[in-house]
Amino acid sequence: MHDDEYILKVENIRKSYGQTVVLDSVSFNVRKGDTKVFIGPSGTGKSTLLRCINQLTVPDSGRVWLNGEEVTHSGSRINYFRQKMGMVFQNFYLFDHLTAVRNVEIALIKVKGMPAKEARKKALLELRQVGMEDWADHYPAELSGGQAQRVSIARALAMDPDVMLFDEPTSALDPELTREVLEVIKNLARDGTTMLVVTHEMGFATSVANEILFMEGGRIAEQGSPQELLSDPRFSRTKNFIGQFREFDREM
Amino acid sequence: MDAVSILIEWFPYLLSGVVFTLALVLASLGLGVLFGLPMALGQVYGTRLARTCVGVFVWFFRGLPVLVLLFLFYYGIFPSLNLDLPAFVVAIVVLGLRGAAYQSQIFRGAIQSIGEGQMIAARSVGMSRFQAIRSIILPQAMRIALPGWSNEYPNVLTDTAVCYAIGVMELLTRTSQIVSQTYVTMPIYIAAAGIYILLNYSGMKCLSLVEEKIKIPGFGHQSEESHA
Repeated sequence: MHDDEYILKVENIRKSYGQTVVLDSVSFNVRKGDTKVFIGPSGTGKSTLLRCINQLTVPDSGRVWLNGEEVTHSGSRINYFRQKMGMVFQNFYLFDHLTAVRNVEIALIKVKGMPAKEARKKALLELRQVGMEDWADHYPAELSGGQAQRVSIARALAMDPDVMLFDEPTSALDPELTREVLEVIKNLARDGTTMLVVTHEMGFATSVANEILFMEGGRIAEQGSPQELLSDPRFSRTKNFIGQFREFDREM
Repeated sequence: MDAVSILIEWFPYLLSGVVFTLALVLASLGLGVLFGLPMALGQVYGTRLARTCVGVFVWFFRGLPVLVLLFLFYYGIFPSLNLDLPAFVVAIVVLGLRGAAYQSQIFRGAIQSIGEGQMIAARSVGMSRFQAIRSIILPQAMRIALPGWSNEYPNVLTDTAVCYAIGVMELLTRTSQIVSQTYVTMPIYIAAAGIYILLNYSGMKCLSLVEEKIKIPGFGHQSEESHA
């Protein structure tokens, strides 16, 4: 029940909270190396969708496959799948009692059972990749938001994920800090990291995505390459939505 | 004999009461952690049954005066179970369980004060719930709990004097024995009070050293969103 060409398959995900339908049968497939960017108005289920993929939120129905293995209904194997789907949160969620390097290595040691020395080496390598190796011994409270977010990216990368899930990674950041985090994500995309990104950064979306998925009312309303969505008249909603942002940026 | 030489003569006897007093304190704090921590975890993460059981336990041991608990166990519960336990053992059990009841609520508050993002992030890198609690939640919660927990030390220390009522050979029991034997009051009571104060001071000093030692820069007084 899967095609080898897809690294991740998401099928008919539904999620409601009480009477409110947050996700209304969302499906899409991801190829290795894809950068898919989810945009759309607030409250249209983008973040919930990402959390339903790694089961941090359990969907009411629908299925998810990673490399042909079912993630939904996988029991305690979910802890394995979650390593393979690195997640980055809007508010970073670094472990507050651990230094940057400890943040990155702790799951290597506790979850993967890697020897401490080896884990430290790998953690430092991941920190270098996000430009944070000089901050390895600093605690989260001593880091700027941009730095903290880069450490959290390193923490997710350390588990050698097959796909990265970015949940509004820059929404809690000042514009200048946003840039340093987007730079890291762009580099990852360029290096062929498979990723799903929920963002309100339209410039980033149109320049990095190979597919933009415009969500509205818990559904994928329109999807296509940035060029298609911006030029093809059939995709008016996405264009209008992005246009609003551009106008807003100009006014600012 | 003047009061000073009487005091000097009886001082070793008084001092050996410190051993019992400290044993009661350590038992209370130790059993408090040993039982209080799992109780707190049960209350936060447990099933409804676990929460109810802990709730009833806490309600019982915090709801009754220490003296009532001591009498209840020493003259009531243990004898009716045909257990002939020495007063010292009964005192340890009662103070320990009472400590657990109080301390469980200190730990519960600390655990609940940890932002939900910590658990979510821990699960997102593949930790099981148990691993997340052990490696992420508890190390943070224990640091937050420590100041409140330290406050239990003087509470428990002063509570031990109540064990006089069932004849545990602790500091106060020996003090009043000496007084009734020698008819010297003031100097003996002052000596006992001095010992209590000294125990209190040195214990608190040790605890604040521990607090300082495990302190983490910026941890414990920042909100979740304060980074940006």
